[in-house]
This record gives sequence, C-alpha cells and structure tokens, in this order.
Amino acid sequence: MKRKGPGAYWFLMPSVLLLLIFFIVPIILTIGFAFTNMALTGSAAQNLEFVGFQNFVNMFQDPDFRISVWRTLTFLIFSAVIGQVVLGFILALLMKEKNMTFRRIIGLIVIAGWVTPEIVVAFCMVAFFSDNGSLNQILGWFGANPVSWLFSFPMVSVIIANIWHGTAFSMMVYQSALDEIPKDIEEAAVIDSATNFQILRYITIPMVKGSIVTNMMLVTLQTLGVFTLIYTMTGGGPGTSTNTLPIFMYNQAFVNYQFGYGTAISLVLLFIGIIASLFYMRSMKVKV
Amino acid sequence: MVKHGALRKVQYGILVFLGICFLLPLLWIILAAFDPNAQQGIKVPDTFTLKNFSDVLGDPSNLRSFGIGILLSGGQAIIVVVVSVLAAYPLSRYEMRFKKSFMLSILFMTALPITAVMVPVFQMFLFFKLQNSIIATMLFLTSSSLPYGIWMMKNFMDSVPIDLEEASWMDGASVWTGLRKVVSPLMLPGIATIAIFTFSGSWGNFFVPYILLQTPDKLPASVTIYQFFGSHGMVEYGRLAAFSLLYTMPSVILYIFSQRYMSKGFSMGGATKG
Repeated sequence: MKRKGPGAYWFLMPSVLLLLIFFIVPIILTIGFAFTNMALTGSAAQNLEFVGFQNFVNMFQDPDFRISVWRTLTFLIFSAVIGQVVLGFILALLMKEKNMTFRRIIGLIVIAGWVTPEIVVAFCMVAFFSDNGSLNQILGWFGANPVSWLFSFPMVSVIIANIWHGTAFSMMVYQSALDEIPKDIEEAAVIDSATNFQILRYITIPMVKGSIVTNMMLVTLQTLGVFTLIYTMTGGGPGTSTNTLPIFMYNQAFVNYQFGYGTAISLVLLFIGIIASLFYMRSMKVKV
Repeated sequence: MVKHGALRKVQYGILVFLGICFLLPLLWIILAAFDPNAQQGIKVPDTFTLKNFSDVLGDPSNLRSFGIGILLSGGQAIIVVVVSVLAAYPLSRYEMRFKKSFMLSILFMTALPITAVMVPVFQMFLFFKLQNSIIATMLFLTSSSLPYGIWMMKNFMDSVPIDLEEASWMDGASVWTGLRKVVSPLMLPGIATIAIFTFSGSWGNFFVPYILLQTPDKLPASVTIYQFFGSHGMVEYGRLAAFSLLYTMPSVILYIFSQRYMSKGFSMGGATKG
C-alpha cells in the first residue's frame, strides 16, 4: 500500500533545509564568486566587483594552473585508475580460493591502511619515505644508497601513499563481485581446457565489468578531492611538483587570500566532479 | 578441478609480498609508539614503554581535542541518522511526484568532492559570522554526509516489510508511532552502520575543521594532531606515533563493530542494490 499526502513533505523538510543551506547554496556561491574579484586583503577587499571571466582568463594563462591540472591528472591516473583499481583487482583475484586464515590475515593488513585516518596515513608515509625511514633501511640491505624520496620523487611518494590508503575499498568491492560468479561456469571452462588466462579474459572480467566501472568512477571521485594526504606529506612541493588542484585552490584562497581566483579553481574541480559523477551514475544503471 | 601447484605457490608468494608492503608503514607507527627513543626507521624497541601515551594523554589540550572530536562527530552522526530516517520514510513508503528526481539528485550529491566547495563555504561562514563555531561546523559536516545517509537509509527501509507497520496502524498507532516503534527498531543494523560510517568519516576529516575552526580551544583531534606534527613531529616520533594510535583507535573499533552489523560482504555500501 503506497500512500499519498502532504505529510510526506514534512518528513523531508529537515533534510531539504540542511542540504539547501550547506550544499546547494555553497555550489551556487561557487558559481557566483568565481566571477568576482573577492579577496581578503588589498584594494579588492573593500570593493567587491563583478569581473566577468577575468578569473578564468587569468587561470588559463597561469602556468601554475596548467601544471596543477597536469599534476592532478597524473595523481588520478596512477593512484586511482592504475593503482587502486588494478591492485585491488589483483589482490581480490589472488585471494580467491585461498586458505581462509591466510586470506583473512592479508585482508586485515590491507584494510588497516584503509581504516586509518588520512592524516595518520600521511605520518606513516612521511616516516616510511624519510631519509632514515623504513624504505631506505630496506634498500640498504640490498646495498642501495639512500634516496630522499619526498624530495626527489614527491609525486611517486604521494601516489604510493594514496594507493596504500585506498586499495582496500576496491579490493572489497571486487571480492564481493567475484564471490557472486557461479562456480560452475569456471569449472565448465576448465573442463573445456581453457587456460587460466582465457578464463580471466573471457569469463571473470566480463562478469565483474559493472563493478569495475562503478568502482573506478567512485575511486576517481574520491581521489579528485584528496587534500589532507598531499598537504601533510609534501604541502604541494617541492616547488609545484605535487601541487594538485585542491592544494592549488587552498593556496590561492587561504594563503594568498585571492578568494575569487580560489573559487574559480574550485569551480573547475567541481566541474570535473560533476562530469565524473554523471558517468558514475550512468555506470550504476540505478532504478529508484 | 585440478590446480597447478606451482601457479598456486607463485600466487601465495605475491600475496605475502604485497602483505608485507602494506604492513611496513603501519608497523613503524605501532613499534615507534612504544619506543622511548623512536626514530624514522622500523626497529624493535630495546625497552617497551607507555610513556609516549601518558605524555599525550597528560596534556589537557590533547584530551580536550579528543572530546571536541567526539562531540563534533557524535553530534553529526546523531543528526544524520535522525534526519535521514525522517527523509527515508516518505521516500520509501509514499507515492511522490518528485521521488525519482530527488533520489537521483541525492545519489549525484554523494559523489561530489566536498573539497571543491570549501572556499565558498568558508566565505559563507565568514559572511554569517559562523566561522569558529562548532555547531555550524557540525551542521556542515552533517549536510555533507546526509546524501549518503538518505540513500542508504532508504534502501534499508525498503527491506522492512510494510505489513508490520500496517498491523500497528490497525491497533490505532499513528504514522509517527509506527515509524518510531516498528520501523526504526527493525532497521537498527542499518541505522548503526550509517551512524558508524558517518562518525568515522568526520572523525578522520582534517580539511573541514581546519578551514572552519580557528581558535586552539575549539580544534578537534584531527587538527591538533596535525599541529603536533608541524611543531614537534620531526623530533618526537614516539609521541607522534602514540598520538596517532590513540587517534586511530575509534576508527578501528567502530570498523570492527560495523562488520558485525553489515550483512554479507561489501556491495558498494548497498548502493548497487538500487
């Protein structure tokens, strides 16, 4: 029995109000402020003016912005798409049909990195990559000279940190997807003397394709917003070498106090988010 | 089904290797927390000590930051649960014209990166003189996890059969009583899952309180731990590690609890079920 009636709207009221004030209004403000010269200091602080597309013109001429887009793409592709999505799949696949206790132990270790708050992940990784850290310690056993990872390979370091933190999510998604593949299909393929690679290529992957696509969009969206990890580990540096869009936005708005420009960068971030989000929804084929 | 023995050994080998790679960064923080002379590298302490923990807990400002963190995340989790139960009820039980577009907008909002709206949110807080207000920060955190809460809650509520509720109406219960006394208790596992995920999400959130709160006496643990890292982190590894472990503890405990409530597996947080 489905009911109709005005009562429904009262139940929805608190959510709608909260979402309106703290979600929709900021998004509208983002669009509005991006066309102003808003700043906290300097002459622009007193008189707020509509500046049209000036922020965007400046942005596209700003070499730092272009670098930042490039850094964001590198971070997204290597830490989200290649790192988490692929490594998560490999882990889930390898763990299939393994000893239960063994599976549980490896699973727990990987999940521990996911449960750990982002800022603690950053501390662990700063220590891991530091000059006297664990990584150099281990490489030393093999006779390698110590490397200042955070200084010489900052992007690699933050990418590995994000993979360490995020892979468990993808692994769990794939594990439940792989568990749902009926056993007899793969067994039939074995009887027909299919190789392991053929089973993977023609049975396993096509059957979990939906999960792969949805998970990839979700991981991309999460990675797009990563701030804490990079800010704590490298602060966007050295120079601009890990200056992704969220860090660039933060520095323009809260360090240089150029809020109009900072908001324009937010809008680019939001725009990429909206596109990825629409793809994500399409991939889910939701029925509401 | 014949398994290639050699291939299986290789697979076990790769898993052990990956397991060690994942374990190493974590092992450092656990060992360093109990080490009186902790360094950046992994080493088993010569003597185990709890002094790092007592130093961190002995500082009243650290204790206060834990308290504020619990207040902020706990308050947020409670509001999210109450508000999303209310919203989920008509979405699950009523016929409404805008239901489909409402649910699609909610799903869309779950995916948007919050990072992108922080600059205008800060300006909005500044404009309404809300900066440095714990309540306003809590409400912002509430709205940012509300889409996820509503989406999950609606799915959980769909699985509660309507017959039981109808029976209670026959006995003269109001819609409101039915929701409170029949539906809510039946979906307690769902409510607990959402509460835990919401709490852990904001407990671990550094960016939002870092932007919206300023004075030291209002900062939650996620920000104080960052400041500790900034001022002493490069020297006092032991205390940093102990602080980190204490701060990570609630997330770990709640994760273990949530495992008990979550039914089977991890199906996209219930979202793929539509």
